[in-house]
This record gives sequence, C-alpha cells and structure tokens, in this order.
Amino acid sequence: MTRRARLLLFLCGGGVLAALFVAGAVGMPGFGSTHHPDRDLAVPAAVSHGTANVVSAVNFDQRAIDTFGEETILIASTIGAVALLRPARGETERHPPDLGRTLESTRLIGYLLMPLTLVLGADVVLHGGITPGGGFQGGVVLATGIHLLYVTGSYPALERFRPMGAYRTAEALGAAAFAAVGAAGLIGSGSFLGNFLPTGSFGQILSTGTVQVLSAVVGVEVLGSAVVLLAAFFEQEISVRKNES
Amino acid sequence: MSLSAYLVAGYLVLIGCYGIVRSRHLVHAIVCLAVAQSGTYVLLVTIGYQKGARAPVFGSTTRPNRHVVDPVVQAMTLTDIVVSATVTALLLALSIQINKRHGTADPDELVALRG
Amino acid sequence: MTAILVLALVLTAGAATVVVLTDAPARQAVTLSAFGLVLVLLFMVLQAPDVALSELGVGTAIVPLLVMLALNTMRKDRADRDRRDRR
Repeated sequence: MTRRARLLLFLCGGGVLAALFVAGAVGMPGFGSTHHPDRDLAVPAAVSHGTANVVSAVNFDQRAIDTFGEETILIASTIGAVALLRPARGETERHPPDLGRTLESTRLIGYLLMPLTLVLGADVVLHGGITPGGGFQGGVVLATGIHLLYVTGSYPALERFRPMGAYRTAEALGAAAFAAVGAAGLIGSGSFLGNFLPTGSFGQILSTGTVQVLSAVVGVEVLGSAVVLLAAFFEQEISVRKNES
Repeated sequence: MSLSAYLVAGYLVLIGCYGIVRSRHLVHAIVCLAVAQSGTYVLLVTIGYQKGARAPVFGSTTRPNRHVVDPVVQAMTLTDIVVSATVTALLLALSIQINKRHGTADPDELVALRG
Repeated sequence: MTAILVLALVLTAGAATVVVLTDAPARQAVTLSAFGLVLVLLFMVLQAPDVALSELGVGTAIVPLLVMLALNTMRKDRADRDRRDRR
C-alpha cells in the first residue's frame, strides 16, 4: 500500500473516530462536575484504614490486585526486553574504550545530585502512604539517581555501583514479597492482599497497615526492574559487538 | 467550553496515530505511540477533575473531606503509565534487533514483514 | 475553566503536535522530554500529584534515555554493517 493510500485510509478512519469521540464526549458529565460516585466510596474507605494518600490506598489497599498484575507486567516485559537484547550467537561483549571527557561542571553536578536524588527517592517510597508518591514513583527516582553516575561520564563507576546480580535479585524478591504479603493478608484477614496490620494515628508513617509495606516492596521491585532494563540497553550500545569473521 | 478538555485528549490520540501512519523510522513511530498513549492519561485525569476541589492527599492542612478530585482514575492512570513505559521499552528492543537483522529502520523498506 | 487550565491544555496539544511533526528521531527524544514536562504541568493543574510524579520519572527521564540509547545502538550497528560490507 502506498504512503498516500495509507494516509487517505487513516484520514477516513480517523475522521469517523473523531466524530464518534465528540458524540461520546457530549454525553459525558461535564468537565469539573461534582458527580464522582467512586470518589464518594474510596475516600471514606481510605480514611478508615488510616491512609492519608487516597491514591496509594486505592493502589495498595482497595485495588491491590491490580497493582499485583501491574508488577507482573513490569517484570515480564523487563525479562522480554533483556532476552531480546542479549548478545546473539555471532556477538560478544567487549570492554568499552574510554568514553571521553565530560565537562567538570557536569561531573560536579552529577556527583552532588546523586546522593540527594537517592535520598529523595527513598523518601518518596517510604512516605508513599501519607504524601504524594509511592513505590513506583520512588523506584523510578532511585533508578534515575543511580544513572546520574553515567551522566558524569564514567561508565566503569556506574558498573561498580550496579552489581547486576543484586538488582536482578531485588527485582525478583520484590515481586515475590508482594505475593507473600498478599498471602499473609489471606491468613491475617481472610482475603488476599487484605490490610491486616494495625493502623495507627492518621498521618504518621506507620499508620497505614500493609500500604506502607507494599509501597516499599514495589519500590524495591521497580528499582531492580528499571536498572536491569537500562543495563540491557547500555550493554547493547556500549559493549556488544559482532565477531569479526 | 468544558468539552475542550476531553477533546484535547482525543486530539492527542489522533495526532499520535497520524504520526505512526506517516512515520519513516521505527523509533519515530514508537515515540508517536507514546504520545497517543498519553492521550489516555489526559482523558482519565480530566474525567476525575472537579472544579475547586483539592488533590486526594490529606495532611495537616487538609482534613479528610469529600471535596477532592477522583482518586480511582488517578490510580488507573498510574498503572497506565507503568504499562506504556514497559511497552515502549519492549518495542525499542525489538526495533534494535530489526535494525541489526535487516540493516534498515524504515518501515517501508522492511519487505520481509510485508503480508 | 481557569486561565492556567486553558493554557496547560493548549500547551499539551501544541507540544504533542511538535513531537509528532519532528522527523528526526534523535530530536524527538528532546521534544518528548519537553512534552513530558508539559504533561506534568497539566496533571498538577488538574490536582493529580501522584500521576505527575510518575509521568515526571517515566516520560521525562527514562523513556527519552531509552530512545537515545536505542538510536545510538542502531547507528553504531549500521556503521559496523557498512564497514563490513565495504571489506
């Protein structure tokens, strides 16, 4: 199919989709309306379990099974991407040549920002139940913080800070720990992933029951996943080379 | 004018698909797919919005009350973001291997994939 | 509809158009990162801080990094292939 024919076909289909979408949007409750029945149910349920961040409560307490599925998707696609990027039969990993120089100011900023970012990431993970954030956001911030070492221009330093075995274990342990907390919920409260830990005073860090534990577990798992995924891409770019025949 | 928020979300999806259709490089198509996916985030979050309401996080300044935006759609959007990031990573890995095997990243030149 | 909300929506639509119409994938990594920032602004205006944090980490940092790495790998593979074909 030529490019022009493809574009024409898309314009017809896109036009129909746009018309249907506008027709549907006209029928929706207006933007900014006060009609939100699920909010009226979710907020009291979160407050009754002592969780100040209602979105975390929905993610880790009320709809924790969805987060379990999301963790499985994350780990499965990381495995898929790593499998796709393994050195093939005719390729080997060579040690990379020196990566060249970076500006002194870039290196300074990288070294200064890295501990700050790591602490910020840990804070976002641990306070997931009471402030905006949670396991996933904090895990991504942690993984990005570790890769600031790459920004400073030193791939060997990044490799030393990033023992791959530890991160792969972290990813697997995180996913398993999520299932284990769920099973403990089955024993403790009669339903898988039920919130069975005691809830303390509202707004304290340990007041949310299993939400805190699940947030930390998800943070560890996302950190492991993101680092393993980025490492697969880095290795393809920097060290995998085809064997000279 | 309250319809315009939903229409922006629909526009994002359509412009992303338009980019995929006229793309000449696999990575360009993948980035346009990411734009189309962000249209769904915007749609979900705008559905949950309430005029004058606060964020669904309580603290010392906000006592628990019902005058907040919808938290359930925000949780759905979080899952959406995670899934689309992983899909993008998988697609990029696939396109690296396609480029290695066929020597080109232009979808029109990938004759072996033609049905 | 406050002014800042209208501005955020217009910026989102504009940034998405710029990303799609940028033809070079290497430049698209930068515009995608900017689009992620615009989305963060929109989500904050719509009172969704968790979603904004997620989009900031993923759409502004991780995905453009993956795009740049993939592009560099493809360029290097093509250079290797050209070198081998010439021999």
